[in-house]
Amino acid sequence: MTVAEAAATALATRHRVRPLEALPWVLAVAAFFALPEYLAVGTQILILVLFALSLDLVLGYAGIVTLGHAAFFGTGAYAVGLLSAHLDWHEPITGLIVAAAAAALVGLVSGWVLLRTHGLTLLMLTMATMTLLHELANEQENLTGGFDGLPVEIDPVLGLLRFSPLTYSGQYLYALGLLFLMFLVVRRVVYSPFGHSLTGIRENILRMHAVGAPVRQRLVTVYTISAAIAGVAGGLFAQVNAYITLDVLSLERAATALIVLILGGHGRLYGAFVGAALYMILEDELAKEFPEFWQFGLGLVLVLIALFAREGLTGLFAQAAERFRKRARS
Amino acid sequence: MESIDIPSIVLGGLAYGMLLFIVSVGLSVTMGLMGFVNLAHGAFAMIGGYVVVTLMGGLGANFFLALLAAFVLVALVSVVFERLLYAPLYRADELSQVLLTIGLVFMMIATVTFFWGTEPKTIRLPSYLAGPMDLGFTSFPAYRIFMIGVGAAMIVALWLGFERTTIGAQIRAAVDNRRMAQSLGINVDRLFTMTFALGSGLAAMGGGLGIEIIGLNPQYALNYLVFFLIVVAVGGLGSIRGTFLAALVIGMFDFAGKRLYPEAGAFFIYAITIAVLLWRPQGLFGRR
Amino acid sequence: MRISRLVAAAAVAAMFSAGAAYAKTVKVGIVLPYTGGGADFAKQIEKGMKLYLSQNKDKLGGHEVELVTRDSKRPGGDIAKVAVQELITREKVDILGGFVYSPNAMSVAPLVTEAKVPMVIMNAGTSFIPAMSPYYARVSFTMWQSGYHMGKYAAEKLGYKTAMAGFTNYPPGKDSAAAFKRGFEDAGGKVQELIPMGGPREVPDFTPFFQKVKDAKPNALYMFVPAGSHASAVVKTYNDLGMRGAGIALIGPGDITQDTKLQGMGDGAQGLVTVHHYSADYDTPENKAFVKAWKAAYGADSTPDFMGVQGYDGMAAIVDVINKLNGEIDADKAMDILKGWKFASPRGPIMIDPQTRDIVQNEYVHKVTKQGDRLMIEVVATIPQVKDPCKELKVGKCK
Repeated sequence: MTVAEAAATALATRHRVRPLEALPWVLAVAAFFALPEYLAVGTQILILVLFALSLDLVLGYAGIVTLGHAAFFGTGAYAVGLLSAHLDWHEPITGLIVAAAAAALVGLVSGWVLLRTHGLTLLMLTMATMTLLHELANEQENLTGGFDGLPVEIDPVLGLLRFSPLTYSGQYLYALGLLFLMFLVVRRVVYSPFGHSLTGIRENILRMHAVGAPVRQRLVTVYTISAAIAGVAGGLFAQVNAYITLDVLSLERAATALIVLILGGHGRLYGAFVGAALYMILEDELAKEFPEFWQFGLGLVLVLIALFAREGLTGLFAQAAERFRKRARS
Repeated sequence: MESIDIPSIVLGGLAYGMLLFIVSVGLSVTMGLMGFVNLAHGAFAMIGGYVVVTLMGGLGANFFLALLAAFVLVALVSVVFERLLYAPLYRADELSQVLLTIGLVFMMIATVTFFWGTEPKTIRLPSYLAGPMDLGFTSFPAYRIFMIGVGAAMIVALWLGFERTTIGAQIRAAVDNRRMAQSLGINVDRLFTMTFALGSGLAAMGGGLGIEIIGLNPQYALNYLVFFLIVVAVGGLGSIRGTFLAALVIGMFDFAGKRLYPEAGAFFIYAITIAVLLWRPQGLFGRR
Repeated sequence: MRISRLVAAAAVAAMFSAGAAYAKTVKVGIVLPYTGGGADFAKQIEKGMKLYLSQNKDKLGGHEVELVTRDSKRPGGDIAKVAVQELITREKVDILGGFVYSPNAMSVAPLVTEAKVPMVIMNAGTSFIPAMSPYYARVSFTMWQSGYHMGKYAAEKLGYKTAMAGFTNYPPGKDSAAAFKRGFEDAGGKVQELIPMGGPREVPDFTPFFQKVKDAKPNALYMFVPAGSHASAVVKTYNDLGMRGAGIALIGPGDITQDTKLQGMGDGAQGLVTVHHYSADYDTPENKAFVKAWKAAYGADSTPDFMGVQGYDGMAAIVDVINKLNGEIDADKAMDILKGWKFASPRGPIMIDPQTRDIVQNEYVHKVTKQGDRLMIEVVATIPQVKDPCKELKVGKCK
């Protein structure tokens, strides 16, 4: 096989499902049965995975560096919260659809305005936009509950799955199901011709302009899709926690998704899974042992990853697998 | 109709802008000039603040000596950081730099909490810097007048240093074209280390100078990060003059906005940021 | 072998003869923001709790207390909720305590109600919180207790006719300013304007706001900012702008003259008048003993503030529940004990209102004075046994 043939095969087959891809789902289902007492934190991990996955679509595949993704997470969360609190709309699935639509709208408008910039400027603009939404939610305290927050009530999912604040088993299954659905969407987008053209924009924006690709339109499109998915993550967050505060629109939330994604490896679909799980479990366990000083350990891990695994953890695995394959071949 | 004291608004805005400049100028050096996404700027500033507090509180040191000591100590310590942690990532993508420096922030927050505790710290200023000062047409806080002077002195010194000295010219050359500078016989590695030390030292001094107004606790490193970043981004990467101008513009608008329409809260500062960056995406004086 | 069996038998016999059941370990889940902006408060509350425990081992009736601590990190609600869920289901805690941020105490209400775990709130001051779960009891304060009475006192006793109120723009700030306005206007004064002065995380530069107040020249400026570094900035800006000279008095809840920050504010703090439920300088035997024990435990430089005493009193309530139930914690019985619970606290006599499960306590009018080179809080008046005025007056959500 020549190099060109090998590359062609790789391109033609890369959308196929590999056996290893089943692993996170098997683990997630196994956790449901094996670790019933950890389902609350497990649910939060699933939501963070979904949120980071939406970020991966813009950051990892389209090269849009943003620090304002919580704008969409928060919009989704408040869509569900406001429906529940003011319109007695407690049906979960339609709630999430509204959340996705609201977040997509914010994504479309802000993307249209902001995506002409890049780099630090885009980082600041996305962050400032998110902060303006945060301020708006704070100002509209009568609607949003402001800093003190808003209780969210929802009906059982499909009339069957009831949420207990104590066990979180219903919440976990619901979050896992949704994550799976959304993952299929993201995977589909990434391996479509549209997804390839995004990677092209990331790698060489000038050439994409030169070949006549509608660069900005594609960036706005993927930004809107990503916003919708982040909106679903936010709506899901509101439903399973039954309570939201301004924190859903905070810089911390946006930054956490970014850190998680870099940690796990961006542009790799599964980076969000590895990063979110590692980050949350590490933070949780360290905080239990050292409530005052856990940040030191977490920081140390981030520093080490930055220095020694620049492609993130999944990148590290990929490199190791590559080396192993080469050795096997020779 | 309430009376509005215009001179005090102008002075107040100017002082607030100078404060923003003083606490952000170090980032303008490390991120703006050197191109490293240095989210740990606030952490270096925080360490500088704690050095000042410790020297003044425990040892009764003079405010100015304590500031100088903070500059020197943090600059020296930052050399170790630069060699071990920053240098390997100079050519890495921004995201690795983000991860590294956020990690450092977390570690420094925990370290500061361990050694100095969680309580906010204050300093006792020399008496001539405390209280109001009569300027004839209005009276104004002495410390803020002092800050205006310090900010002006800093921008002049930095401008002279970068534009009028050989080493300044070398730094500009190395930042513009590293390889060319190297082939001209400039020791770029050493130059970068020195520049980083300068940036961190400035951060430390800003941390110390800011305590009186914006306080000091282990959260400092994260709390004000957004403001540092905004000032540098609006000013434009690679331009200390831009950072200075941006700090003044943001300071003035924010101050006047709060004075006249306090209900608007933080809207002003973010709205100006968005407006300026949409108008000039490279910042006021940015080169890229 | 034989000896150890003998010892065991003797121990069992001793226990039965003493009439005690087996010594139990009661698990108390503590949720506090050990990191982030509230870390300083968490530390104070924890020191207060541990001080009470170390002094009162004998009141546990031979039982043990195990504190299981969790970091609630931010005021977002979700982290605290997961922590509480885990404390209940995995650690199987018998009692919950802590809670600095109001949204954290609010978000866990359905969880606590469903699991039936008594919870002692040691800070979270939004008025209606205790109504959110029948298993909540609060030993801290509400913003209305200090704000309302500061307003009344300012109009009635200090003779101010006009005032403005500045506040950090989040619920405790809005509550405090609204309470002040109500109290001040109930007593015949006029509040010209309520001015939001930025969020809790903005750069605390109060100059533009204070200039606005200075230009309007009210008799008094009532300020609420969260305890911490903002408080020092308030006092410094007040002095730097020469507002005292302009005839504007600075008043507020005790958050702005917090014990741990007072000395750092400099001489400019002299003459400030605040209303609050605690200061380390109170000249009562209970408080002197408390402060002395605190300094013995945590060093001469450490000072308890109102957070510290809230932790101390919260633990006193928990220990009393353990004692009266003999280590067998039943939520409903525990709540029966907490309702109407009374204690001679370092802050003076306190009680948990049997109807609202909220704190009833004295409010003190503080004046900052200088003795030697130390700033002191002097109590100039006492308003005895204050219930939450927000609920008494049925304001807004407090019905």
